[in-house]
This record gives sequence, structure tokens and C-alpha cells, in this order.
Amino acid sequence: MIPEIGHFSLILALFVALAMGTLAVVGGQQGRADWMALARPGAQALWLLTALSFACLTYAFFTNDFSVSYVAQHSNTKLPDIYRIAAVWGGHEGSLLLWLMMLCTWMMAVSLFSRQLPEVMVSRVLGVLALVAVGFLLFMLITSNPFLRLSDIPADGRDLNPLLQDPGLVFHPPMLYMGYVGMSVPFAFAIAALLNGRLDAAWARWSRPWATAAWICLTIGIAMGSWWAYYELGWGGWWFWDPVENASFLPWLVGTALIHSLAVTEKRGLFRNWTIMLAIIGFSLSLLGTFLVRSGVLTSVHAFATDPKRGVFILLFLAVVVGGSLTLFAMRASKVRAGGAFALVSRETFLLVNNVLLTTAAAAVLLGTLYPLIVDALSLGKLSVGPPYFNSVFAPIMLPVLFFMVLGSYARWKNDSIAELAKKLRPVAILSVLLGCSAPFLAGEWSPLVALSLTLVFWIVFASIQQIYRQLKDTVNWKSTPISFWGMHMAHIGIAVFVVGVTMVKGYETEKDVRMVVGDTVEVANYTFRLTGIHEVPGPNYTADQGDVEVIRDGKLLKTLHPEKRTYFSSTMPMTETAIDSNLLRDVYVSLGERLEDGTGQAWAMRVYHKPFIVWIWLGSLMMALGGGMAALDRRYRRKVTASAAVINPKIKGAAA
Amino acid sequence: MKKKLIPLGIFFVLVVFLAIGLTRDPHEIPSPLIGKPAPMFTAPLLQTPEQQFSAKDMLGQVWLLNTWASWCVACRQEHPILVEFAKTKTLPIVGLDYKDQNAEGLKWLARFGNPYDQAITDKDGRIGIDFGVYGVPESFLIDKAGVIRYKQIGPVTEEALRDKIVPLIRELQK
Amino acid sequence: MKYWLALVLALQCVLSSYAGEATPLAEDPVVEQRMISISEELRCLVCQNESLAGSRADLAQDLRRELRELIKANKTDAEIMEYMVSRYGDFVRYRPAVKPITWLLWFGPFLLLIGAIVMLVRMVRRNQRSAESPLLDAAQRKKAQSLLKDSETPS
Repeated sequence: MIPEIGHFSLILALFVALAMGTLAVVGGQQGRADWMALARPGAQALWLLTALSFACLTYAFFTNDFSVSYVAQHSNTKLPDIYRIAAVWGGHEGSLLLWLMMLCTWMMAVSLFSRQLPEVMVSRVLGVLALVAVGFLLFMLITSNPFLRLSDIPADGRDLNPLLQDPGLVFHPPMLYMGYVGMSVPFAFAIAALLNGRLDAAWARWSRPWATAAWICLTIGIAMGSWWAYYELGWGGWWFWDPVENASFLPWLVGTALIHSLAVTEKRGLFRNWTIMLAIIGFSLSLLGTFLVRSGVLTSVHAFATDPKRGVFILLFLAVVVGGSLTLFAMRASKVRAGGAFALVSRETFLLVNNVLLTTAAAAVLLGTLYPLIVDALSLGKLSVGPPYFNSVFAPIMLPVLFFMVLGSYARWKNDSIAELAKKLRPVAILSVLLGCSAPFLAGEWSPLVALSLTLVFWIVFASIQQIYRQLKDTVNWKSTPISFWGMHMAHIGIAVFVVGVTMVKGYETEKDVRMVVGDTVEVANYTFRLTGIHEVPGPNYTADQGDVEVIRDGKLLKTLHPEKRTYFSSTMPMTETAIDSNLLRDVYVSLGERLEDGTGQAWAMRVYHKPFIVWIWLGSLMMALGGGMAALDRRYRRKVTASAAVINPKIKGAAA
Repeated sequence: MKKKLIPLGIFFVLVVFLAIGLTRDPHEIPSPLIGKPAPMFTAPLLQTPEQQFSAKDMLGQVWLLNTWASWCVACRQEHPILVEFAKTKTLPIVGLDYKDQNAEGLKWLARFGNPYDQAITDKDGRIGIDFGVYGVPESFLIDKAGVIRYKQIGPVTEEALRDKIVPLIRELQK
Repeated sequence: MKYWLALVLALQCVLSSYAGEATPLAEDPVVEQRMISISEELRCLVCQNESLAGSRADLAQDLRRELRELIKANKTDAEIMEYMVSRYGDFVRYRPAVKPITWLLWFGPFLLLIGAIVMLVRMVRRNQRSAESPLLDAAQRKKAQSLLKDSETPS
């Protein structure tokens, strides 16, 4: 009964979305206030129906209803409660429902937090989002229904993939999807602006907090995924340039470019076409990512069970949404060149330079991800593009971004001079070079890449500190500094922190791969690890061999770690549960391998890592997100729209102010 | 106007590539050995490990090398097809028991049937590596001159046999 | 019987407490180092996007064993790569080779970057040129003044 309600709810949602979307968009074009007024309540109704459907699926999982095919495939009576709920999005159909839920939640947010925007804009935005929802609802109802029943009800389910039975599954997908799907909001704003025919600074101010919000979710979602892979997979890596990882990173890169481009459009009314284009590309990359993950065209650890029919549907959807928006862009994008001018040395230029670099980096990652597919499609053979390619190509494009970031925050709008900038920044530059080039000596060996990266890190941090100091000293009432100022510095310093993590780990991590019996010790980077015991430990749906490893430094016992090798009842592949001791300066990471066949049956393979500063990677990401949050909460986005901005098109009858 | 159509154009090309990509299987890695001479290996027999099989002995005949194992689930899918095919005596089939225990292999053949003219073993997988085997089952069609002419990735299916393998055998046997 | 077993086990425990430093899993650290750096450039074929160096899959272990043999036989890096590619094809390269089919892949991003910089420079220059033109020359100034005078006279 409950699954049927869930199913029916989706069908209702489809009709609501179709009706609301069509009427809101057409109403906006024709100036019909009564149709436009349907947008907000429509979005709220859509949320209720989708939430009901989601609740039904969750209920089916929680009560172990194996008559529902999707539940039987991804759950099990022995699965711990929390994973039974997270399993709702553990497979393709359920994760689509999560996608839809996120879309409706963003729509709900727009319907609630947009009182200061003109009704025409809001109804268009919600209308476009509703039409996107139509696509996903059709996709689910036609090819990927999570509520399908089985005629042969199994006694127990197949169990959730052991790799997913982890707190990471509870947080990472929802957060990531919030970001992924959130890119649809600035997209909808861009489409609304194109439909409106008016692209101006006001539009940029309205869209910017939404773009930033989506970007924040994406930042946290990606960082979570990276951290999860790090402690879950057992070999200490945190980024693999896997096609699905790239699929989430691409919207992030474009999103970063977008929020900075919006800054220019908001302040000076420039770069309008470019900003619209970025908003369209950002969401297009989200949809492309959805396609890549679910169609089977690329191999990936993350890929869902694939079905070409689904691939065809998503491709059609992609073609319609992106093709439609790009056509609209070609027809409607502003033909009038922006009136404002800016000098060669100005904030606009530096923001533009970094925009271009970010977009080029995204293009490079996209090229590498799709290249095997392109070569295969042209019947030119099969080749693979692995991390070595991405690492070689990505870093050189991104390093200049770190340099120009500072110039962008220091340069004045419209016109500045090299001499002025040099005067302000010379001490910072000299100090950064000195510290950056000497720091590697302290850490161990010197390498040019580490020196360069650390120099840029100091460059960013000292420049920010100097700007903050100036602000506190020179402003009469520093407390009135807009919160977005603090947000910018928090985010930029967050990037520097992130770079420290990456640089130190890549430059100085050490590992040892050894054979141990109880009593053996191994030494890595001044830490001694002693295996004191191995015993069997039963779990709710697995049995595990657990090791006790003492971590000793300078003769003192710091901690005892307990790495495990688990064998789940539902799977034959053993799984590693790593044991990590983390602090700000380093992670020590122990991974239990297989029992070695050497006659005694007592020897185990063990991998031990020392990773300096690795938590800075995720710490930096959190700081970036926090900075973004501070910037989005700036008061200027919450001020009510003034009367002059409201009169968009005198032809619109009854459009409220 | 024209410059603004460029993104749309690029997107269109991308969609075409993605559409073609849907018809391809990224897991199928074609063999670089097609058209090259098969490695001239020797391997112990499954039944009587003291005796050796040599690929050189097969020169002058068209033959099929099928890799299988008792632990391989997909092999059970193709095995009945091979057993039926062997009855037609079209060509000699040599079964390479890949990374398996002799006892297990023999038990498996006793249970599911033995289509092989010769059953040989590759305990440490070295022969497999020389043939570029990365999964089991895989089958290789080798001609009279010892050149690999066709590789079946995964189980031999009725369609593959009927549409690709048998016609090629007939041609090579002329 | 049980007593003797217990004694033997007790002895083993005592003896193993003299175990000490764990032995590296690899037999020869020099060969191992080279093997790891070569296998980091190769793909594990049965895994989803892992290098041959890190994978725990059976085939990966077999292939690493092969690599160790080849290294001990004093083969060069190029010869070892050729060994793998001739058996498994270009797909096994984790870092794609630089040959005509991958020129677009390797040079593409930098061509894009150069193209973008050129576009950027052009855009900024054009923006500057249009900003410089507002200055009127003498004739245009006179015309502007006369127009202004006309608009001021009451009509």
C-alpha cells in the first residue's frame, strides 16, 4: 500500500510540475499575473508530493519491505538501522528520487526566500525548475521506478554494497546532490533573464546568493566524498580523477568562475553574456555528470548499474535542456555591448583572467574525461586517461589562479596601476618568496614545486592579513564592514589551507608495505608501529579480523589503532576498515592487508602511512564553504527591491512591484 | 549572431559522440594480438601433469584456445555451448585451466562436461598474461600458421559462434 | 597430547616475541621501488580506475610479479612498457602516450589556454578603445554646443 502511495505521489507530482511549469513560463511571457501567481504554491505542492514519495520509500526500507524490488536489491534484515535509511539512495532509482527531492527543496527555498524579487522573475525561475523536474519525473516513471514490486518476494534482501555501509553514505550523497542540483537555480535565473530580455546588474544581484549557496553545497559535498574515499578505500588516496569525481568537479570549477563573474556583473554591469553562459554551462555539466554516471559510457567505481535505455533518455533530456538554453542564448543574449569600460590593470581584468583560467581548467578535465569515449566512438581504438594526465595538465593551469587571486582582491574597480599595486604588495611578495622557498628545507627535502606552491600560499595568506589589517585600521567603524568582506578572505585563505594540504602530502608522504606477525614493529617517519594482537570480531552483518597496533613516538605510546579486515555475509570480497590517528600536523594511517600464506598463518600484510598536513585539505574546503556562506548572507541580497527596478516591462499587465 | 551559435555547435557535436558512446562497451578491451603470432607456450596436462602440451604441435591446424576455471561463474554459462560445439568436431578445442587447482578443475569438467581435445593448466597465470587475458572466460581462434585471428571476450555465446566464429573457422580451414 | 601441544605453542609465543622489526613485503627494495614507479603508470585492467601499483586484485598481483621478473632481467622502462602494451593494448597505459591520436588530448588544454588569452587580450583592448573615443573633436563640439543652445531657447 505504502509503495503504491509513493508511486502515485510521483505521478501527481508530474502533473503538478507540468501544469505549473508551463503556466508560469507562458504567463511570464504574456504578462498574465494569475498564471504567474501559481508558481510559488505550485513549488510548495511539488515539494510536499515529492517528500511524501520519499517518505514512502524510506518507510519501505525501514520496515524491510522486500516486495519492493529496489529494497530487495539494496537492503537486508541484518543491515543496521541508519544504513537502511541511507540505502534509500544507495542505488540508481532511489538516488534519482533524492535528486528530485533536492530539486524540489531548492524550489521551495526560492519560493520562500525571494520576497524581495519581482514576481515575474520568481515565476519564471520556478517555472523553469518545474520543467526540469518534469524531465526527471518522466525519467523515473518510465525507466527507473523505485516502487516496482516483485512477484516473488525474497525472504531477505541482497544487502547494501559493503563499501557503502559507512557514515559517509549518510552525508555525502545528499550534500553533493544539493550542490549538483543547486546549480539549476542560477541556471533558471539565467534562462529567466534571457526570456525577460533584460540582463542587468539587478539580475546579477538576485542570482548571486543562489549561485553561492549551490557552490557551498558542492564544495562540502565533494570534500566529504574525498574524505570518505580516503578512510574507506584503504590505500590513502583522496582524489582519483575518476570520471564521476570529475563530473562533480566540473560544475564546481564553473561555479567558482560564475560567482566571481556575477561579482563583476553585479558591480559594473559587465560580462553579462559570459555570466549567463557560465550559469548555463554549470548546470549542463551537472546534467552531463548525471548522464555519465548512469548510462554506462564510462567505467568508474561510482557508476550505477547501467542500462542503455536509461542512457538514451538522459541524453535526450540533456539535448533538450542544454540545446534549448543555448539556442535561447544565441537568440536573446544581449546584443548591446556593455557601456562600462575598464582599464588593462583593474579588478575586472584580474577577475576575467581567473575566470578564463578556471574555465580552461574545466575544459581540460572534461577533455580528459571524455577522450576515451571520443576515440572509441570514432573507432580509433581504446585508450585510457588516468590520473597522470590530469595531474600534469591541471596544476599548471591552476597555479596562476592562486597568483591572480590576490591581485583581483587588491585592484580597484575600473582603473588601477601596476605601480600602485606593486607598492602595496611588494613587502608581501618578498616575504612570501623568502618563506615559501625556505619552508621546504624545514620539512625535509627541497623541491621546486613545493617551494612554488608554498610561496603562493604565503602570498595569499599575507595579502589577506594585510588587507584585513588595513580595513580594521583605516575604517572609522570597522564593525560596519560588510560580512562579504570577511567571507571573501575566509574563502581565499581556505584555498591556501587546501593547497598546503595537497602540497605537503604529495611532497612528503611516506609509506611502508610490510609483513608482520604479532610483536613485530615497523618505523615510518619517527613513528613506531607495533602489532600487539589480531583477533576475530563479529559484527551485525559481517565477521572481521581486527588488529591492535600501538603507535609509539619517542618511546611514548600515543594511541592504539584497530584496523580491520571485514568479510560481509553478502559478499565474498573482503573489505578494509582502516585505522587513522589524525591531528592538525599529520595523519598516521594503518591498513590491514591479507593473511599471508607462509605456513604459520600468523603473518599479515600491513600498510602503514605517514601523511603530513592531510587534514588541511578538508579543513581548507570547509573554510571555503564557510567563506561562501558569509558572502551569501550579505545584507545587500536581502534588501527589498526598489520601485525602479520593479518596472521591467511596461507591457506586463498587473505585474506587482 | 553567428559567434553566439558556437556553444550550441560544440554541444551538438558532443551529443553525437555521447550517442555513439552509448552503443559501445567501455569494458571491452580489444586485443592487440589479433593478427599477431600466438605465443608458443608449453603447459602441463590437467589429467597427467607430468606430460606437456606444446602450442607448436597445433601448427597446421585451425584451433580454439578457451580459458576457463572452476571458480569462474560466467564459464558455466558458455560451457554447455562449448560441449555442444565440440560434438560437431569442427576443430580441436584446447581448454586452459587458468589459476586453478587440478583437482577442482577435474571435478568441474566431470560435472559439466569435457569439450576439450586437450585440457591443460596455467597455475600461475603466466600463459594468460602472454595472451593478454584479463578476465575469464576468454577464447582465442588460432589459424594454421599459429596467428591469432579472433578473440572472444567473455563467454562464447550462440550468436558469436554462429555469426563470427564458425564462418571464420570455415574460411581459415580452406 | 594436549600438554605437548600447549608446550609447543608456548614455545612459539616466546620465540616470536623476539620477532622485532617487520620485514618489508617486498623482497628487494630497489627492484620494488622501480616496480612501483613503473606500475603507477599502468592501469589495473580488472579494477575500476586504479593503477597497477595500488590494486589488490589477483591479476594486478600477477602482473606486478611479471614486472619484477622483467626488472631483474635488466629490461629498460621502455621495454617493459612495450611488453605490457603488446599484450594488453594502449588501454593499459594510465598516462596516455603522446602520439598523433592523443595530440588533441595533450596539447588541447594549452591551445585552449592560448586561445583564451588571445581572446581576453582582444576583449580588453577593444574595451579600452571604445572608452577612449568619447572625446569629441572641434567640429563635433561646435555641433553639440549649437544643439544645446537650441534646446535652451524657449519654443
